[in-house]
Amino acid sequence: MTTLPEPAPRPAADAANTGLVRSVLRSPRGAIVVAFLVVLILACALAPLIAPYDPLAQHLSAVRSGPSGRYWLGTDSLGRDLLSRLLHGGRSSLLGVLEAVVTLLIVAVPTGLLAGYLGGTFDRIAMRVAEVVMSVPVIIILLAVLSIFEHSMTSAMIAFGVLGSSGLMRVIRGSALAAREELYVTAAELMGLSRLQVVVRHVLPRCRGAIIIQASLFAAVTLGVQTGLTFLSLGPPPPAATWGGMVADAASVFNQDAWMLVPPGVTIALTVLAFGLLGDVVRDVSAEKYAAAPAARRKRRSGTPDTAGRPEPATDMLLSVRDLSVATDGGRPLRLLDAVGFDIAAGETVGLVGESGSGKTMTARAVIGLLPGNCRITSGQVVFDGSPVQDLDQRAFRKLRGRRIAMISQEPMAALDPSFRIGSLVAEVVRAVDGIKGKAVHARVIELLRMVEIPDPEAVARRFPHQISGGMAQRVAIAMAIAGRPELLIADEPTTALDVTVQAEILDLLRSLQQQNNMAILLVTHDWGVVADVCTKVVVMYAGQVVETAPTGEVFDRPAHPYTRALLLSSPENTHVGERIQAIPGSVPTPQRWPAGCRFASRCDLAQPGCTEGAIPVKDISEGRLSRCLRVDTLLGGEARR
Amino acid sequence: MLKLLAHRVALSIPLVLLVSVVVFALESLVPGDPARTILGENATPEGIAALHQQMGLDQPWLERYWHWLSGLFHGDLGASLFTGDAVTSELNSRLGVTVSLVLCCVLVSAVAGTALGMFSAIRGGPAARVVDVLSLTGLALPNFWVAIVLVALFAVKIRLFPATGYVALAESPGHWVRSLVLPVIALSLFGVTAVAKQARDATLEVQDTDYIRVLRGNGVSESRIVLKHMLRNAAIPVVTVLGVVAVSMLSGTVFVEGVFVLPGLGSLATQATTDHDLPVILGIGVYFTVMVIILNLLVDLAYGMLNPKVRAS
Repeated sequence: MTTLPEPAPRPAADAANTGLVRSVLRSPRGAIVVAFLVVLILACALAPLIAPYDPLAQHLSAVRSGPSGRYWLGTDSLGRDLLSRLLHGGRSSLLGVLEAVVTLLIVAVPTGLLAGYLGGTFDRIAMRVAEVVMSVPVIIILLAVLSIFEHSMTSAMIAFGVLGSSGLMRVIRGSALAAREELYVTAAELMGLSRLQVVVRHVLPRCRGAIIIQASLFAAVTLGVQTGLTFLSLGPPPPAATWGGMVADAASVFNQDAWMLVPPGVTIALTVLAFGLLGDVVRDVSAEKYAAAPAARRKRRSGTPDTAGRPEPATDMLLSVRDLSVATDGGRPLRLLDAVGFDIAAGETVGLVGESGSGKTMTARAVIGLLPGNCRITSGQVVFDGSPVQDLDQRAFRKLRGRRIAMISQEPMAALDPSFRIGSLVAEVVRAVDGIKGKAVHARVIELLRMVEIPDPEAVARRFPHQISGGMAQRVAIAMAIAGRPELLIADEPTTALDVTVQAEILDLLRSLQQQNNMAILLVTHDWGVVADVCTKVVVMYAGQVVETAPTGEVFDRPAHPYTRALLLSSPENTHVGERIQAIPGSVPTPQRWPAGCRFASRCDLAQPGCTEGAIPVKDISEGRLSRCLRVDTLLGGEARR
Repeated sequence: MLKLLAHRVALSIPLVLLVSVVVFALESLVPGDPARTILGENATPEGIAALHQQMGLDQPWLERYWHWLSGLFHGDLGASLFTGDAVTSELNSRLGVTVSLVLCCVLVSAVAGTALGMFSAIRGGPAARVVDVLSLTGLALPNFWVAIVLVALFAVKIRLFPATGYVALAESPGHWVRSLVLPVIALSLFGVTAVAKQARDATLEVQDTDYIRVLRGNGVSESRIVLKHMLRNAAIPVVTVLGVVAVSMLSGTVFVEGVFVLPGLGSLATQATTDHDLPVILGIGVYFTVMVIILNLLVDLAYGMLNPKVRAS
């Protein structure tokens, strides 16, 4: 029996470990599990005092009686009380688990700590030995031990603890390795603490969660093995009561009385489960401790739509988004997009600009119907080529995807399934959108690869994604996207992950493909250079809202929202050599902290008291220009070229 | 890939040595006379003397170990203390049962576990809860207990399958399958749940990758995405857990074979332990170790075939 490898919990700080026990007890699952184990252990430990009968006493007048007032769990085929036998049998089982777990800790904790903390030769030898020990068929060693030390369950359990220690050792080594890099550990070393002191005081506490998790899972496995061995009557010889032995007794008479199987089976299962769950609870609790504490939720009003005076979707546009709101599912839905609206005409390239967390990607994913599983469109319309698509189910949406709307994503490497060859991946899409079969597919694949200007497409088609460069991978991703000759391409930061020279090539490629096919592009980016290069229109987003919409030609000279202006100023292209980049102070508020008024007010140097009072309406400034700012006149007036 | 396999084979030699050294060393640790322990309280002096002779107990344990080890290289694992038969011939006659059982269980665990895990990940909601609860029970119920309950239900109550016994595949494939159904269910319960858990986590992870989103976004059908791309990528972590599962199943045969009276290595191991038949236990140790090595090799091979990055290197 081998414990399954469990992922090590994230490294903990000392402080995070304090109160681990309290957190476990406070979670309902943890409380139940701990209560069950405490009651079970006490009941078994006190069995001689509390068991209703002697476990060996035969009540021949009540053989194989079911549960009754006299015998709560019934009796076995010799009339022995099952409850008393369970309580007494639990003593050897739980003692066995304790022996194995203590052995495990004695062996694994010091070796793991030293291997991780000291490294070097000791670490290498320890890891090698662990690797070999992990493959040992443990059961055979246990049988040999039981054969040599007759009926000595203690020896078998100690052997089991030793053989099982390699798993825990590896986990502790991992934590210790991580701890060694921590500043406070280095500081402790510099202060002159001995290695032993550092390990015991600073490294060991960090491993506590991992140790408890592994030890409780190991306890679960041990109990299974211990009861199995007693089932094979290799443990304490009959008539001594053991859990496994009770199953064996029941097995010999299940034809006459199946009930006898229930008490030991259920007890073993529940105990194994309790040990296993204890590990899970500790893991969950320690994982929660490192996740950010949930932020206080403020009362928020939703904003006004992004399209002043034009609440109805435009029917002459290829894509028209109106009043689009997206929120998470669940009891306390969290609004991620707030009344977003914009239009894209056929063949037009629109840039969707904003910092991380502004909602650009979420908007793009809503348009193509691929929101994350826990998010939903709560209101608004997405109209593609005159028909609303926001309520389409996945099946109906699939008819649009690839053929009419397609997408490429930010990380070209991550966008290609690593298990398949390039040719096969492109062919997958070709078959889906083109309805062609056989040799024609391959010809089309090569044609597409050629269209995205890949040299030697035949050779590239035979490669795996990890064998090509990032730029090449993005070309392949574009080939997949244009396979169905889409009218709209959603490109989520298509050049962010690429080198500057490759970026320019990809943008050129997108532009030429767009002109050849009259394809509209929704380009998500935070790079003004890219916007200037390819976009005809810019939609600026901040904290889930559109704050400005403008033709590209105008936005650079006359931004109509302080956020746009700040974004432009912070862009490296607008900074002269030797100047400091003017970063925007603060950060985008998370959806939990969206204020009722202007969401940018706290970072804005034009903010007035009125800005924070209520939702800011969108103003129509001029043809094709919208701004969500109360002070747009000031901005466009005197201070536009600050 | 070749490097990976070479590493695995290189590990196998210390593994066999470790298992056997431990057993021999333990034997030398036993207080008193091992022959007396083996023969029990009622042993005659002549019997003990004969056993001393047979086991070579007059020699130090290292020498005895060396003797055993040189026998191993000639394919000789000594003779059973109990029956006097050669250990290898005894084990070879039982090997087929255990190999059939373990391979069927690995297969069932892989297929059923992956299907359940992916179903739970893709469906989510109540379906996932059901799979979770099933997994918990599967992990918690001891396999020998499940074995007895299966016999009680499907062999005695409803006479669907034979309660005990084994029919070789060569003899009658139909009966071979029937004789293995219940043991395989009992033994693969743990494997199915362990694989399902891994498959679920892996699928959830794959589901949220860019490449699945891109395939979806570019119009590839859901069935192709699930059956080709998700399955293929989720299979990589599943294969690694299968190695662990296979090894634990080998151990499980010791508990389960007895219940179904399958004449395999596991039931022989139990018998040999009761009889203090150390040469047989050591022999089974060697066989199990070799099987573990082969299973790990198969896992490595499968891993390499599924993961193009490993295959290429």
